[in-house]
Amino acid sequence: MALSETVAGPERPATSTEPTPTGRKRRSGNAGYWLYLLPGAVLFILVIGAPLVGTIYLSLTKWSGVGDPTFIGLANYRNLLHDEVFWTSFKNTLAMIIAMVVVPTLVGLVLAAALFDVIGRKFKPRTAAALRAAFYLPQVLPVVVAGIVWGWILRPDGAFNSLLDAVGLGALRHDWLGDPNTAMPSVMAVMIWVQIGYPVVVFMAALQRVDPELYEAAEVDGANWFRRFRAITLAQIRPETFVVALTCTIAALKVFGPVFALTRGGPENTTNVPSYFAYYTFFKKLQVGYGSAISTVLTLIIIVVAVVFIWLQYRSERQDRGV
Amino acid sequence: MTVTLTPAENAVTPRRPQPARDRHHRGASRWIVLVLVTLGALAMLVPFVFMLLNAFKSPGDYSSGGPLSWPSEFYTKGLRNYWTQVNFPLKLWNSALIAGSVAVLGVVVSLLNAYALGIGRVRGRLWIVGLFLLANMLPQEALIYPLYYVAKQIGLYNTQLSVIIIFTVIQSAFGTYLLASVLGTFPRSLLEAAALDGAGKWKILWRVVFPNLRPTLAVLLIFFFIWTWNEFLIPLVMLIDNSTQTIPVALASLQGDRLMDAPTTNAGALISLVPAILFFLIFQRTLSRGITAGAEK
Repeated sequence: MALSETVAGPERPATSTEPTPTGRKRRSGNAGYWLYLLPGAVLFILVIGAPLVGTIYLSLTKWSGVGDPTFIGLANYRNLLHDEVFWTSFKNTLAMIIAMVVVPTLVGLVLAAALFDVIGRKFKPRTAAALRAAFYLPQVLPVVVAGIVWGWILRPDGAFNSLLDAVGLGALRHDWLGDPNTAMPSVMAVMIWVQIGYPVVVFMAALQRVDPELYEAAEVDGANWFRRFRAITLAQIRPETFVVALTCTIAALKVFGPVFALTRGGPENTTNVPSYFAYYTFFKKLQVGYGSAISTVLTLIIIVVAVVFIWLQYRSERQDRGV
Repeated sequence: MTVTLTPAENAVTPRRPQPARDRHHRGASRWIVLVLVTLGALAMLVPFVFMLLNAFKSPGDYSSGGPLSWPSEFYTKGLRNYWTQVNFPLKLWNSALIAGSVAVLGVVVSLLNAYALGIGRVRGRLWIVGLFLLANMLPQEALIYPLYYVAKQIGLYNTQLSVIIIFTVIQSAFGTYLLASVLGTFPRSLLEAAALDGAGKWKILWRVVFPNLRPTLAVLLIFFFIWTWNEFLIPLVMLIDNSTQTIPVALASLQGDRLMDAPTTNAGALISLVPAILFFLIFQRTLSRGITAGAEK
């Protein structure tokens, strides 16, 4: 989905290679373009820049949202270190990364290869497209609607328990979202269901780039399906794999809607995540300073993760070119 | 793509005659793959089947037959109840207004930004693009409280306009990143030819760059629409009134309501899903065209 272009990225400077007509003309030519950046820049500062700075400042204060914030330095951050809910919420983020990044990417790779390589080529491409649509459908659904439907399915008197009864596994009936032991695994299962279509669609689009002759040559050489998958598919669509892994990891760090709809972070915080924790602290507990500290930590983690990802991608691209 | 694949497949088969056993084996394994993937796809659809099955049941029917039974009558009162109870047409309008405005405005802002960055190559553009990229990754919690507070101060709280402005900026951060890299590879000869003809920057943008970029812009427009349509946190915080809420927020705020029995919940989820699916089906072709257009670049 048009993401392939993002991989190439704008990081490659092109100015240096290009002949400059005359120094002055060039500069005055560029200056005119600043005007085009103006509306976007003003909006950006108002809606993203200033609020972000505001949140960082508020994280150094104690404030209930009315009156004036009291500056308290790093006290909020010190409190965070001893806050069990804070640590639990970040531990739960790791579970979300498994459910929203690791499993969907791995399963998505296999599914996309199966759909494209086997079903698309040995059966009708139409069949592959129809199956792909089935996997992608949950992605179209607003996540909150998905959360509400799943919340009902997993209820003690919901459809899942009835299904267990119907197939003779009634002994497994359970309050899936209400029991601290099963709440997180249930939320993870829902997130896998929600997420799986995204890598499938991106990887299938990526596979269209791959030269079919590569597969033919490998087939002639007698490489079996698994070897072709490893040597060609994985190698060729690595840029897209990076993009999927990065965007899904960011999404997992930020996940809010499904947790809100399924469990509101409960029972006993077993499904609480940083963004729900921050929301709850802002708007239910009215501890704006503390909520800002949680948000600031989350922001920092996201920036670090993004920078590490982009650096890894850059390095692997350079290695490819270097070898 | 389908066109290029079929001949390739045909070309392989006659070139290498295979031992019968191997061929038979390959034939069997592809069927196994088909069956496995189809089973997986069907499993993905099960929740939708549950939703359909229970959206048209009467409450009495549901309590006697449970969630898996076939409805004994085609009951539409739950659906109609939900429709009037939450004033669904109004919610639909709010969602469409917000998502539609954001899609159009977001694409325009992205295009203007990317024109300056990708074609104008203004100084420091790498940093600017990087900033936009990071902005797109920020958690909305890092912005929400100041936005909420300021919106309250200036009277934009609980208006669709506040959400439209916020998402125009958030979505265009991604759009700028994407379009700037696409425009970075825009053929210079086209621009120079237009400049020789005496076209100014504004004219070049709309007469040369815009028409060439149309497939990518269409994809971006659809993404912005769907993403905004599905957004939750910011609308939840900003829109507290029945008259301004979007579909996901309305459904979520009814969730805790005791009056929402299972059939009504399913009916509500079902009609909340219909616009998104219609939209997806209508634009699926545009999307796959856009994907190919991007891939061929």
